[in-house]
Amino acid sequence: MMGFSRPQWIAFLVMAALVVVAPYVLYPVFLMKVLCFALFACAFNLLVGYVGLLSFGHAAYFGMGAYVSAYAAKAWHLTPEVAIVLGGLTGAAMGSVFGWLAIRRQGIYFAMITLALAQMAYFFCLQAPFTGGEDGIQQVPRGSLFGLIPLHSDMATYWVVAVIFLGVFLLIHRIVHSPFGQVLKAIRENEPRATSLGYRTDDYKLVAFILSAGIAGLAGGTKSLVFGIATLTDVHFSMSGEVVLMTLLGGMGTIFGPVMGALISTSMENYLAEFGAWVSVTQGVIFVVCVIAFRRGVIGELAAKLKIAL
Amino acid sequence: MSLSRRTLLGTAAAAATTVPLIGRARAQAGQTIKIGVLNDQSGPYRDTGGITSVLCSKLAVQEFAAKGFNVEVISADHQNKPDVGASIARQWFDRDGVDMILDVPNSGVALAVASVAKEKNKLHVNVGAASADLTGKSCAPSVISWCYDTVMLAKSTGGAIVKAGGDSWFFITADYAFGHRLQDDTSEIVTKSGGKVAGSVAYPFPGTTDFSSFLLQAQSSGAKVLGLANAGADTVNSIKQAKEFGISMKVAAMLMFITDVNALGLDVAQGLNLTESFYWDLNDRTRAFTKRVVKVSPDNWPNMIHAGCYSGTLHFLKAVTDMGVAEAKKSGTAIAERMKKMPTEDDAFGAGRIREDGRGIFKSYLFEVKKPSESKAKWDYYKTVATTPAEEAWRPLNEGGCYYVKS
Repeated sequence: MMGFSRPQWIAFLVMAALVVVAPYVLYPVFLMKVLCFALFACAFNLLVGYVGLLSFGHAAYFGMGAYVSAYAAKAWHLTPEVAIVLGGLTGAAMGSVFGWLAIRRQGIYFAMITLALAQMAYFFCLQAPFTGGEDGIQQVPRGSLFGLIPLHSDMATYWVVAVIFLGVFLLIHRIVHSPFGQVLKAIRENEPRATSLGYRTDDYKLVAFILSAGIAGLAGGTKSLVFGIATLTDVHFSMSGEVVLMTLLGGMGTIFGPVMGALISTSMENYLAEFGAWVSVTQGVIFVVCVIAFRRGVIGELAAKLKIAL
Repeated sequence: MSLSRRTLLGTAAAAATTVPLIGRARAQAGQTIKIGVLNDQSGPYRDTGGITSVLCSKLAVQEFAAKGFNVEVISADHQNKPDVGASIARQWFDRDGVDMILDVPNSGVALAVASVAKEKNKLHVNVGAASADLTGKSCAPSVISWCYDTVMLAKSTGGAIVKAGGDSWFFITADYAFGHRLQDDTSEIVTKSGGKVAGSVAYPFPGTTDFSSFLLQAQSSGAKVLGLANAGADTVNSIKQAKEFGISMKVAAMLMFITDVNALGLDVAQGLNLTESFYWDLNDRTRAFTKRVVKVSPDNWPNMIHAGCYSGTLHFLKAVTDMGVAEAKKSGTAIAERMKKMPTEDDAFGAGRIREDGRGIFKSYLFEVKKPSESKAKWDYYKTVATTPAEEAWRPLNEGGCYYVKS
C-alpha cells in the first residue's frame, strides 16, 4: 500500500509511534523544531535524492515561506492553517521561477544558479520593509486552528505539527513511488536515456523542483508559527548548507534518512549550546566522523547492512 | 521473523540516539535561584560579551553571598540565531527552572528572548543588545534593559561631539535597519545640538570589506566628523582603512567597546570617539571592581556589558532577597517591579535606578581613545571627554512608546 515495502511499513509505524510518544518524554518545542527541519530535509531530499539535482538555495523557499506565514498570521490575522498553506504556496511560486531558470543547467552550474538566486532572496529579505530587517518578524501569534482550537499550549501545537509532518511524509513517499517518481529516478540515473524514451525531462524536473520548494516553504511556515519568529537565519545560505548536511548525515535518497539527519543535527545545535565556544568544533568533528564513517548516511548504512530499502 | 528483529535493531539504534536527550537532569527548582546567561560565545560578539559576562555574573553571585537560598549560574551560546536563542529561553523557563535570563547581545535574538520572557512571565535582564525597542515599542513588564541602547549612544556621542566643535557630520552607514536607525537617531541629536549633517552614504551589508570609496566621499564632503553607523567587523575595517587613507576627520564610532579598542590596538584606534557607561579607570570603585574581574578573566577586561552583567545580577539578587525566593519564583513581572522600586548601587556604576519602562538609568561617558604615547598601563585606553548626567542620557520616558507606561 502506498508503495511501502514491508520493512518501510514497519519503520514508518515505528517512526509514527515515536512521534506520538516522544512529547511525553522530551521537550515538545524541541521536537517540533526537529519535525520542521525533518520536513525541510525531506523536501530537499526529494530533489537531490530522487532527481539528482543538488540545490544550494533551499533556504530561500524555507525562509520566504517562514516570512510569508509569519506576516500573514501577524499582520493579516489569518488562521494558522491558512498561513502555513500560504507559506507553502510562496515556496512553490518561487520554486517555479527559480526552477525554471536553474534546470537549464546541470551539476555545479545548477547548484551555483540556485545559490545565486537564493542570495538575491536573502538580500531582498534584508531590505524589504515587511521582514523587519535583521530583527525579523517577532511575536507571531500561533492563533487558533480553523479559528476554533487555540494553539497556546505546546502540546496542542505539537499535534498539529505532527499531523502535518506525517501527512507530508506520506505524500513525499507517494510521489517517489508513483509512476512520476519512477521517471524522476530514471532521470537521476541517466537523463539522455529518459529523454530517448520520450520523456520531456525538463518538465519532470521542474515539477519536482516546485514540489520540493513548496514543501520547504510549508516547513518554514510551520516553523515560524511554532517559534513565533521568522528571521534572516531562515533565508541565510548557511541554512541551505545545513539542510544539505542533514540529508547527507541521515542518508541521501532514503526516505527516512533526512528525518534522522534532522534529528541529529537539531539535537546537536540544541544540546551543545551550553558548551559555548565548543559548539562549532564539536559539530565539525561529528560531521567529519559521519562523512568518513557513514558514507551513505546513518539510515543509508543501516539499510545497506540489513539489505533493505528504508 | 528475522526481518522484524532487524527492524528492532534499527529501532534500538534510533532509540540509542535519543537516550542522551532523555537523560538530561530535570533540576528541582526549590530554594535555588537560577540565572541563565545567554550570549554569543563563539561568534563576533565573543569578546564584548561571551564568557566574561558569565564570569561577571558569577562574581556578583559570589560577592552577594546570598543567605537562605542557593544561586546557580548556567550559560549557553545562542550562536546569534534568534530561533536558537528563543528555543533555549523556552527550555530554560519551562524545564530547567531558570528565573532570569541575562545578557543576550544581538538585537534580533534579544527581541525573541524578550517575547518568550513576556509570554512566560519570567524576568529578562538585557545587557548586551543595543536596540532601544526593548524599552520602547517592544517593551514588556518583565524585561529590563541595563546599561546602554542606541538612543543613549547617539545622544552622548552625537551631542557631546557637536558641543566640542564637531558640528558637521558625514555618515557611513550599513545599509540595513540597524545602521539606518543609528544614523537617524544620531542625525536628530546632531541637528538638535546645532550641528548639521553634510551627507551620508549607505554601503551594502553584509559583505562589504572595502570602504575606500566611501571614505574618500566622506573626506571630500568637507565635514569635520565621520560617523560610523555600523558595528563589529565593519566598524573595525572602516577605522583601519580610514587610518590607512589618512582621513583627517574626527572618527566617531557609534557602537564600540573597549574590547574592540583592545583588538584594534591604540595605533589604529587613537583619537576615536565613543560612548560607554562604564570604564574600568573611572574611579576607585570601578578600579576595585575591575581588579576582581581581571583575576578570573585576565585577558579580557570588563567593558560596559560585562559590568552590566555584574550589576544586573547583584541588583536582581537584592530584589529576590527583599521579596523572598518563593514570591520571586512566581512572577517575573513582580521581580521586575521590585527591581524598579529599589535604587541600584554597586561598584561598577555607582548609584542608579531602573525606570518604570525597564530602562536602566546611569551616567554615560564620551571617551576619546588615547595615543599610544599617552597610555601608561595595560588597558589604559580612554580619556573622558564629556559626562552626560544620568537623567539626561536616555530617551525620555514619554517618547519610547512603551505600551504599559501611562504618560
